[in-house]
Amino acid sequence: MNHSQELQWIDYLVMIIYFGFVLGIGFVLKRFMRTSSEFLTAGRSIPAWVAGLAFLSANLGAQEVIGMAASGAKYGIATSHFYWLGAIPAMVFVGIFMMPFYYGSKAHSVPDYLLLRFDKKTRSLNAMTFAVMTVMSSGISMYAMALLIQTLHIFDAPFQMLGLPNSWVFHVSIIVSAVIVLGYIVLGGLTSAIYNEVLQFFLIVAGFAPLVFLGLRNVGGWSGLKEKLPSSFVHAWSGMGSPHNNPLGVEWFSLVMGLGFVLSFGYWCTDFLVVQRAMAADSMSAARRTPLIAAVPKMLFPFLVILPGLIALALTQPAHSAGSGESSAPKSAEVANVHESLISPQVNVETGQVVKDKEGNPVLDYNTVIPQMLLHYFPSGMLGLGLTALLASFMSGMAGNVTAFNTVCTYDIYRAYIRKEASDEHYFGVAHFMTVFGVALSVGAAYFAAAFNNIMDILQLVFAFVNAPLFATFLLGMFWKRTTGHGAFFGLLSGITAAAVHQGLTIPEGSVPGIKGGWIAIVNTYSSEMAQNFWTAIFAWTTCFLVTIVISLATKPRPDNELKGLVYSLTEREREESLAWYQRPVLLGVVVLCLTLVLNIIFF
Amino acid sequence: MGFDIRLPIGYLFTIFGALLVLFGLFTANADMYQRSLGINIDLWWGGVLLIFGLLMAFVARKAQSRIQTGQPERRPPSNKST
Repeated sequence: MNHSQELQWIDYLVMIIYFGFVLGIGFVLKRFMRTSSEFLTAGRSIPAWVAGLAFLSANLGAQEVIGMAASGAKYGIATSHFYWLGAIPAMVFVGIFMMPFYYGSKAHSVPDYLLLRFDKKTRSLNAMTFAVMTVMSSGISMYAMALLIQTLHIFDAPFQMLGLPNSWVFHVSIIVSAVIVLGYIVLGGLTSAIYNEVLQFFLIVAGFAPLVFLGLRNVGGWSGLKEKLPSSFVHAWSGMGSPHNNPLGVEWFSLVMGLGFVLSFGYWCTDFLVVQRAMAADSMSAARRTPLIAAVPKMLFPFLVILPGLIALALTQPAHSAGSGESSAPKSAEVANVHESLISPQVNVETGQVVKDKEGNPVLDYNTVIPQMLLHYFPSGMLGLGLTALLASFMSGMAGNVTAFNTVCTYDIYRAYIRKEASDEHYFGVAHFMTVFGVALSVGAAYFAAAFNNIMDILQLVFAFVNAPLFATFLLGMFWKRTTGHGAFFGLLSGITAAAVHQGLTIPEGSVPGIKGGWIAIVNTYSSEMAQNFWTAIFAWTTCFLVTIVISLATKPRPDNELKGLVYSLTEREREESLAWYQRPVLLGVVVLCLTLVLNIIFF
Repeated sequence: MGFDIRLPIGYLFTIFGALLVLFGLFTANADMYQRSLGINIDLWWGGVLLIFGLLMAFVARKAQSRIQTGQPERRPPSNKST
């Protein structure tokens, strides 16, 4: 590997200053932390724009930054469906229609809302699975970061100087990131996490915008990019008629229903990790605006995180239109010889050898696209800033998980089952303990992921099953007052089962039965793994929806007066007349949707 | 809310911007700028960050002094719940 570029003092200085600020924010906030609700729910005092940017950043962990660039290189501009079809409509929905119940019910968490609306067993099912899931994804995020640092040899030099073996890079990365995250959350609680997420948002933009600028300039602008890539890579919709005409291997129905509806609404509308940010807002209208404010930068993020993947791909395939001699591409001769390194082949960490597929071609490691581009385009100085932005995104992903974990563990598990009546002082202490516990478990999960990759894959699969039907439960719970606790609980269980059974009966093309599916029997073969995932979600959702309705009709409903503020038909509408036009959630939502439509048309 | 997040954002970007501008000036014409297509990206982008940082810090300071001089805060009343 030819990553000879070494970090200079200025790059380390940028990193140190940033992490100094991160911990500094925690220290400043410490004196405001006096009660468990100030610590765990930020005392509901965050202004809308701060909550909005945090809403966006909390999800901007490793999966997003690394994964979206990787998908960009793998699938092209169609990756933007995760934003323009998936995230944005769901964010508008949660802001306009669901936030009145989350915020208005004074629930402190999503599981708590389920308790108020349904019953204990539904709450507990959600709380337990959520707690395990957050710790796991926080651990995976940590593991991914350490692995990336190790593979790219970013920090090898200082370790060599100190005479430490290279294998320590991995361990030190995990420990240091855990300590920093732990530090600022223990000090300043959710407020600290939210503030740092806002800081990180600006840092990501500051670090990646010049990267996209340089990359685009190098490739000859958008027109140069289009010339160098197959047309299916620069159109989001035009190949969606058949799964064989687009890189995702899906057709429009499963895309719209599976990704656009079930999976995205399931995540953005019910995942406490993001919803928690809006619930910390300082008023109902601020809470409703939070996801809408987040939607605006979210809409533009594909240009920041997906485009680098496309650029790297275009520059790695010189064969496509070599010698077209564009005047806009400067120094094409000098640039040509460095291109191969933008997407490097996968290397086995233990043997140090390049991983090859069946035909003997090297398997490309798309996950290193962003860091490779940083190393390729940025001189010292900017390189420090870019790498800091990358590290910051990993850490805020972790912090988001930990702050959601400690709230659910303290309120929905500890207070619900272990000690019901205690002073707030007691829960304040427990909240701190849960924070330490959450970080410790994350470190454990990171090492677990390193040692047992397969078990981690299975666990993630199980959680995908758990999540798939969730939105049906919330939709019915919030908009149909007849829905009962039994209906919700057994609807969820049958939805989860349906997801597992569907996955067990189908398989993506070219896979062997096992973790990829087909472990019961093979009834249907999908054209891609993504198509299979989308259909699994659709089946799970539909099953949960139907079973919840049937069981609800057969069981005793709760009286109307118990459901005030929890269900649409029994809740007073928020009046918007007193708000300025730019503060009205419905208007903002419509504007956001129109802009998204325009983007979809431009990149059709 | 304890303090205004715009203040640390402003300070951080002012420091980053100033650092990059200075570094860019001192290393102008260095070989490493071939990587960034011959553009002194440290200098230019550092300048952008510096301006952004100063603006943020300025806005935050102004808001702070408005609170201190007793003028009412712009924020809507927060319904703090226990």
